[in-house]
Amino acid sequence: MTGLGAGSGPGPQAGRWPETGAGPLQEGVGAVPRGAGALKPGAGIAADAGALERYFEETIARDRRIEPRDWMPDAYRKTMIRQIAQHAHSEIIGMQPEGNWVTRAPSLRRKAILLAKVQDEAGHGLYLYSAAETLGADRADLTDRLITGRQKYSSIFNYPTLTFADVGVIGWLVDGAAICNQVPLCRSSYGPYARAMIRICKEESFHQRQGYELLMTMMRGTSAQREMVQDATNRWWWPSLMMFGPPDEQSPNTEQSMRWRIKRHTNDDLRQRFVDMTVPQAEALGVTLPDPELRWNAERDHYDFGEIDWSEFKRVIGGNGPCNAQRIAARRAAHEGGAWVREAAAAHAAKVAARAEAAA
Amino acid sequence: MGFDTAYEAISEESDSGHRWAFGTGFTDPLAGVDTAVPAGIDGADLAAYCLMLGDDALILSHRLQQWLARAPELEEETALANIALDLLGQARLLLTRAGRADGSDRTEDDYAFDRTEREFRNVRMAEVTDVDFAGLIARLLVFSTWRLALLGRLRESADPVLAAVAAQGVNELTYHRDYAAGWTIRLGDGTDYSRQRMQAGLAAVAPLAAELFVPSAVEQRLAGVAVNPEDLRPEWDAVLAQVLAAAGLDWPEAGWPEAAGGSGGSSPRGGTVGKAGRDGVHTEAMGYLLAELQSVARALPEATW
Amino acid sequence: MSSGEISSTGMGTGSGMSGEPRSNWPLFEVFLRSKRGLNHVHVGSLHAADATMALHHARDLYTRRNEGVSIWVVKAADITASSPDEKDPFFAPSGDKVYRHPTFYEIPQSVPHI
Repeated sequence: MTGLGAGSGPGPQAGRWPETGAGPLQEGVGAVPRGAGALKPGAGIAADAGALERYFEETIARDRRIEPRDWMPDAYRKTMIRQIAQHAHSEIIGMQPEGNWVTRAPSLRRKAILLAKVQDEAGHGLYLYSAAETLGADRADLTDRLITGRQKYSSIFNYPTLTFADVGVIGWLVDGAAICNQVPLCRSSYGPYARAMIRICKEESFHQRQGYELLMTMMRGTSAQREMVQDATNRWWWPSLMMFGPPDEQSPNTEQSMRWRIKRHTNDDLRQRFVDMTVPQAEALGVTLPDPELRWNAERDHYDFGEIDWSEFKRVIGGNGPCNAQRIAARRAAHEGGAWVREAAAAHAAKVAARAEAAA
Repeated sequence: MGFDTAYEAISEESDSGHRWAFGTGFTDPLAGVDTAVPAGIDGADLAAYCLMLGDDALILSHRLQQWLARAPELEEETALANIALDLLGQARLLLTRAGRADGSDRTEDDYAFDRTEREFRNVRMAEVTDVDFAGLIARLLVFSTWRLALLGRLRESADPVLAAVAAQGVNELTYHRDYAAGWTIRLGDGTDYSRQRMQAGLAAVAPLAAELFVPSAVEQRLAGVAVNPEDLRPEWDAVLAQVLAAAGLDWPEAGWPEAAGGSGGSSPRGGTVGKAGRDGVHTEAMGYLLAELQSVARALPEATW
Repeated sequence: MSSGEISSTGMGTGSGMSGEPRSNWPLFEVFLRSKRGLNHVHVGSLHAADATMALHHARDLYTRRNEGVSIWVVKAADITASSPDEKDPFFAPSGDKVYRHPTFYEIPQSVPHI
């Protein structure tokens, strides 16, 4: 589960990549041609730069995929790395709020489902880091950007999970919003990302259904359980709407992203779609969405809804949400606390290789 | 899957089940299995035995769950979660089996959430906390080597349900043991620091190893159904010796205190010395573990989940 | 399995690691045969300190506990790839080293058959 669709952030990260390239090259892959900048000297390419760009544009216009080895504009590469990395970070950080309830899940079946779900999120993060690495990014570098606050993740995970009902509501609303964002990304112009998204979307649909099913069960339970569900819905509804990013007029990157087909719908379109599909689900569940202005508009053929508190959005994005510091600190602690383990495994592998060489 | 409508994607009914880990896709873990207790087997003893093996899995799974989002590398997150899921799946089957065997019809959740500490029968090795990743690995190595040896023999159990649970569990434990052995060797052979940590992990777990091989009265009465843990020792010794040699590690010298546990009943003089997990006598860590495990379920006793 | 045997897990793999940073595990590409009768297909990559660990990780990550799936792992650095799209005049069709997610591979001899 994650909240990041293309451009769901406000775009403040644009240009944060060093201008020198898409990121440090990994050891041993220095020979990978990665765009015109990496071409060998003397290849006689200047005259054909325009041809490469035209070919890239044509490939996209024909709705074909860009593959890692294809020439691509530096800006496309940087944008893709940032988008995929932020998506990956979101999956990994997203393990925390739900992982918070695994050990306390009130039935063994719920425990198994939640554990499998949080495991899926680790897996999704890994698929996505893998896709980012096809662009020449290095996972260690991306992780460093995350734990030093230089790259973002979906701000939905900066809210706390306060009761077990949050597990259900996150599945229903947060995963539901993520699916709206992500399903179109299965057709992203960047091949490895599109393929990762197909795999992820298949698994995400379970996540949403398990959440909704938990909520239905709780709504049939005691009044205390129904109150928990309503309370969790109240806390997560507005942050879920914020997952789609700022309104279109404040989303400067949308146009370029749509032209590159790494974003297929605008933030407001996706948000409307999410509201339209969620309102009937809330009615079926018997919970009230906390928006007095929410009503069907027959003229528009959509639900109208109230104004989002964009100051809260900016505050949370800016690092001052309820859990920003806690989430990053936990990720940093795991990463830094695990350094000696990773180092030991690498040292062992080097020793084994050296022994094999000595024996040969 | 249609890629343009989110609705289509989430309403798609193509659930082939393979994306869910074992034990998550059904409500009744023993649905469709004949759970009649075979003639000649004491149902109460069988239930008690199922609780021993089920509690081992439930409680160690809990400790593994506490590693979520804390593993030393992202790939290890999925590995540890898999082991936790495997053990949880085994626990669900065994606790459910207990409720059928003793005729009480208690559910897996009744056993997991409504028992008091003294009613849990897991070995204490399952419940203690991990100092660090090396401690976890040491515990996993010792525990999964033992449990694999146990389940391997349990496949021949006179109780067909236990035999079936064991057959599935052997595949899982083979993987767990392999995982733990691999990391024991990497940490033992890796850096000076990792070797020290691994040796310290073994030292922490060693005093709890003796308990694994002491037969309880229940296990003795259930000959042919249960495995006698005394029989597991040669295999366990051989595997540990092989792994530790490859890792350049030593089994701690003081690793074999007086074997505790197995009295199978309460001594009229009370006390805890000589008692262990199979007697319901646990370490101080167990109370905290159960407080966490049972908190939501006990706060809302009338609730349905 | 109730024998005292244990696999050679962790006993390491072939090729040298000397060029890698000590705590940065190298990248492995993962190929799966999801069922009998099908070829192995590239599914993605992961990091591992050695090939044995890479196999374990691949099972956990790309098969999610689906037993009986055949997995190959190979260090990304050991893959030689040709360009699928010769319209690009700058990438020589042969001799191009290491590239991470090609859509067409020549599988080198070093791929472990497991």
